[in-house]
Amino acid sequence: MNMISLTNITKSFHVGKASHFVAVNDVSLDIAPAKVTILKGPSGSGKTTLMTLIGCMARPTSGRIVLSGMRAAWMTSEDPSGVEITSLPERFLNDIRRRTFGFVFQQFNLLKGISVLENVMLPAYPTGEDHHVFAARAGELLEQFSIARHAKSPVEWLSGGELQRVAIARALINDPAVIIADEPTAHLDTALSREFMTIVGTLKQAGRTILIASHDPIVYDSPLADRVVEMRDGVITSSGPKL
Amino acid sequence: MILHPAVLSLMTMSLLVGIMVLLAGAVGVRILISWNIKSGSELQLSLERQTYLVSTILAYTFVFQILSLFLYIYTADNLHGLFVGAMCAVGTLNVNEYGYPVLMLKVLNFLLAGTWLIVNYADTQGFDYPLIRAKYALLLLIAPLVLFEAYEQYQYFSGLHADIITSCCGALFSQDTRNISGDIAALPARPMAIVFFAAMAATFASGLVFYRKGRGGWFFSAASMVAFLVGVASLISFISLYIYELPTHHCPFCCLQKEYGYIGYALYATLLGGAVTGLGAGVLMPWRNRGSMVRVIPKLQRTLTLATVILYLLFTLIVLYRMKFSALTLGW
Amino acid sequence: MNKAIERHKNILEFSLSSLLRRKTKNASLLAIYTLIVFAIASLLFFLSALKRESILILKDAPDMVVQRMVAGRQDLVPLVYAKEIASLRGVRKVTPRLWGYYYDAPSGGNLTVMTAAMPAGFIKIGSGVSRLRRATVADVIVLQSYDNEVPLMLEIKEVLPYESELAAADLVIMSDLDFRKLFKFPQGHATDLALTVANSRELSTLAEKIVDRYPDARPILKSEMLRTYDSIFDWRGGMMLVMMIAAVLSFIIFAWDRATGLSAEERKEIGILKSIGWETSDVLLLKFWEGAVISLSAFFFGVIAAYVHVYFFSAPLFQPVLKGWSVLYPQFKLVPAVDAYQLGVLFFLTVAPYTFATIIPCWRAATIDPDAAMRS
Repeated sequence: MNMISLTNITKSFHVGKASHFVAVNDVSLDIAPAKVTILKGPSGSGKTTLMTLIGCMARPTSGRIVLSGMRAAWMTSEDPSGVEITSLPERFLNDIRRRTFGFVFQQFNLLKGISVLENVMLPAYPTGEDHHVFAARAGELLEQFSIARHAKSPVEWLSGGELQRVAIARALINDPAVIIADEPTAHLDTALSREFMTIVGTLKQAGRTILIASHDPIVYDSPLADRVVEMRDGVITSSGPKL
Repeated sequence: MILHPAVLSLMTMSLLVGIMVLLAGAVGVRILISWNIKSGSELQLSLERQTYLVSTILAYTFVFQILSLFLYIYTADNLHGLFVGAMCAVGTLNVNEYGYPVLMLKVLNFLLAGTWLIVNYADTQGFDYPLIRAKYALLLLIAPLVLFEAYEQYQYFSGLHADIITSCCGALFSQDTRNISGDIAALPARPMAIVFFAAMAATFASGLVFYRKGRGGWFFSAASMVAFLVGVASLISFISLYIYELPTHHCPFCCLQKEYGYIGYALYATLLGGAVTGLGAGVLMPWRNRGSMVRVIPKLQRTLTLATVILYLLFTLIVLYRMKFSALTLGW
Repeated sequence: MNKAIERHKNILEFSLSSLLRRKTKNASLLAIYTLIVFAIASLLFFLSALKRESILILKDAPDMVVQRMVAGRQDLVPLVYAKEIASLRGVRKVTPRLWGYYYDAPSGGNLTVMTAAMPAGFIKIGSGVSRLRRATVADVIVLQSYDNEVPLMLEIKEVLPYESELAAADLVIMSDLDFRKLFKFPQGHATDLALTVANSRELSTLAEKIVDRYPDARPILKSEMLRTYDSIFDWRGGMMLVMMIAAVLSFIIFAWDRATGLSAEERKEIGILKSIGWETSDVLLLKFWEGAVISLSAFFFGVIAAYVHVYFFSAPLFQPVLKGWSVLYPQFKLVPAVDAYQLGVLFFLTVAPYTFATIIPCWRAATIDPDAAMRS
């Protein structure tokens, strides 16, 4: 069972300086596996920061984060109580992140000047995997999302919806168990937003855990959402149907 | 001071590297004081970022040391014509009392930098950075040594004055100012050869035991270091004789030249390489059974041991080959 | 092991595409880098080629040359000295030499005049002289002699071959008789004495003996000449290099600046890379490969350009510095003398400082926080 468990997580910036602020304040949360969890809240509520902490992209200032149900290369056997990732050095954190999490960013964050295919393959470059193997996988993903014909095109040529799908394909290149998306529908119209949620449904069916930060009703009011967590000023104000 | 381009390049680079290593040392001090892996504070994160800077600097320093070692030797060789009585690098290095110390410092710093990189590698494989304090303590040893080497090198080069024609009497004054011995102290050949083969055999044997059974790591590492020193002494004492096919030519540097097929490079590469890996294996011993290192160090040590054995074996084989096919025969 | 190689390959490929994506910025860096390598390489190649030439020329120099000094200045050697010195044990042969410098007023050039066994009235000249006086075989050159009598008319018997340019461009070889006439050179004297010695190890002892007998004599050994030339070349080369240090320093600062000044675009790119799973060490490797590609290209192109500059065009860019006020400058083709050692020195003077200058900026770039990409 894949579960991400956060206990008393705080993240502060510029401690001891005039610009000191606390982005996430004493948050405790459990993310259930194979479910869709939505983080709802205005900008500045800390949901993006929280997602970077969950997604092993940053370290909390205090508190504990434990991942269970996954196996790191350097563990002797699967630890039933999970792996505490709070104070892991970067390369281990990164290793876990690479195999467990896939990110979809608000601005898509695709690299300009390189092709769609290359963009999708990028996360796999430093893993040392054979180029042909992940190139094939990338091709399959493009097929899956019906953008294979754009494989060699530079990303500048694609429409918003197509870019969205490239971003999702890239997030899936290392076959992660968890997908984290930050305001994925912010630049999409209603039709494309609904299309996005359809894709989410497919991913959920494949057994992946989905975590989305959004203040778009199409997302948080969707029947696919299993749980909605509301945040404001770095604190959780309400937590939707628990499972 | 001889304003030779090579001299300038060696001195500038030594200075640059010295500054960089000093910087790394400053980071090291900060880390030794404030490191706390459990903390998520900004200071800790910043320190973790700085460790990458230190390892990058040390990696470049390692490469630089070995290159500058050979450049130094070659430059000394190149300048020999400027000094009366100097036949090759040996003579040039003898011109003042800094020549050889600088050489030894370069070798030492090369070995230390290599060891640091090995320790660093082991450390980063462990999720709790168990070797961090030892690593940065070692760095605080390396930094001043590198700076000291730069200083000594400067002293050496600035103390070199070519024996050129003086304004009044060409030959007279330039020839009797000093007597540079072109000889290098060489130990008697036959006993040295016995010691050499014995040292190598001890290293191989203990290496195999350590590789297989995981016992006797300290002994193996010590043996490899002794073998290194013996190897260098042997090069001067009897190996050089076979290379140059002359019973009186002991120079350890001439074998780097073209006329001897650059065999010197093969010899020094294997000997120095084996020394680094052997030393590294030994330095890791204290942490062999600690925490996260249990899964990392023994495996790493086995690889290092294998590397040492193979490199020293190659060295011995090259020596044997030269002994067999040399035109010179020493009456054993 | 395989994994490591694959990782390097993939990242190298990406670094190449990265470099090509920012063509203008990298092109200017490459151009300046190549220029620096070119300048320093030209200097090194030129110096070592000249050194080589000087060694070759000095190979045929006499073992010892004895000059005479009067009040610290070189004066003529009485031929009596020659007889005495010839009688010293170990001296095989003493040859009095007649040579000097002649200022040719009409052309403004300084000619080196030497003597050889030749019929009077004939000379052999170097190709530089031939060019200067626009004269060739069978032409007659007129030289004003020192005693203000009728000028010397000398017919050119031979022009020395082009290959001897470096040593002989300004040379005029004439007979002893003409030489003495030209310079009003006193009989019974020579410019200096050239000695051939039986055992080269005895040279210093012989020198001592000579000075003992004739305190105003200055013996100069061939080895000293070699050493002095070597020294001068090194020294001159070093001086030029020191002047170039200013250029190298500015290059270092430029390189640092370039590496530090990441555009917002680049910063974003690295943030993206880190957010999609690239570690700090992966980005460091990327930066390393970018730097390596640029360094190796600059080195390669710079060396080739320098080679062509020095060995095909005889270093025209250095001419003003080396020529000075010389009117008679030899046209020479240098023999290529490049070896691994020189390339090593060049590497240490160019690539190594560049690499060290970029360590900190590259590290700064590589440690950009991944979550910075989340909040663009």
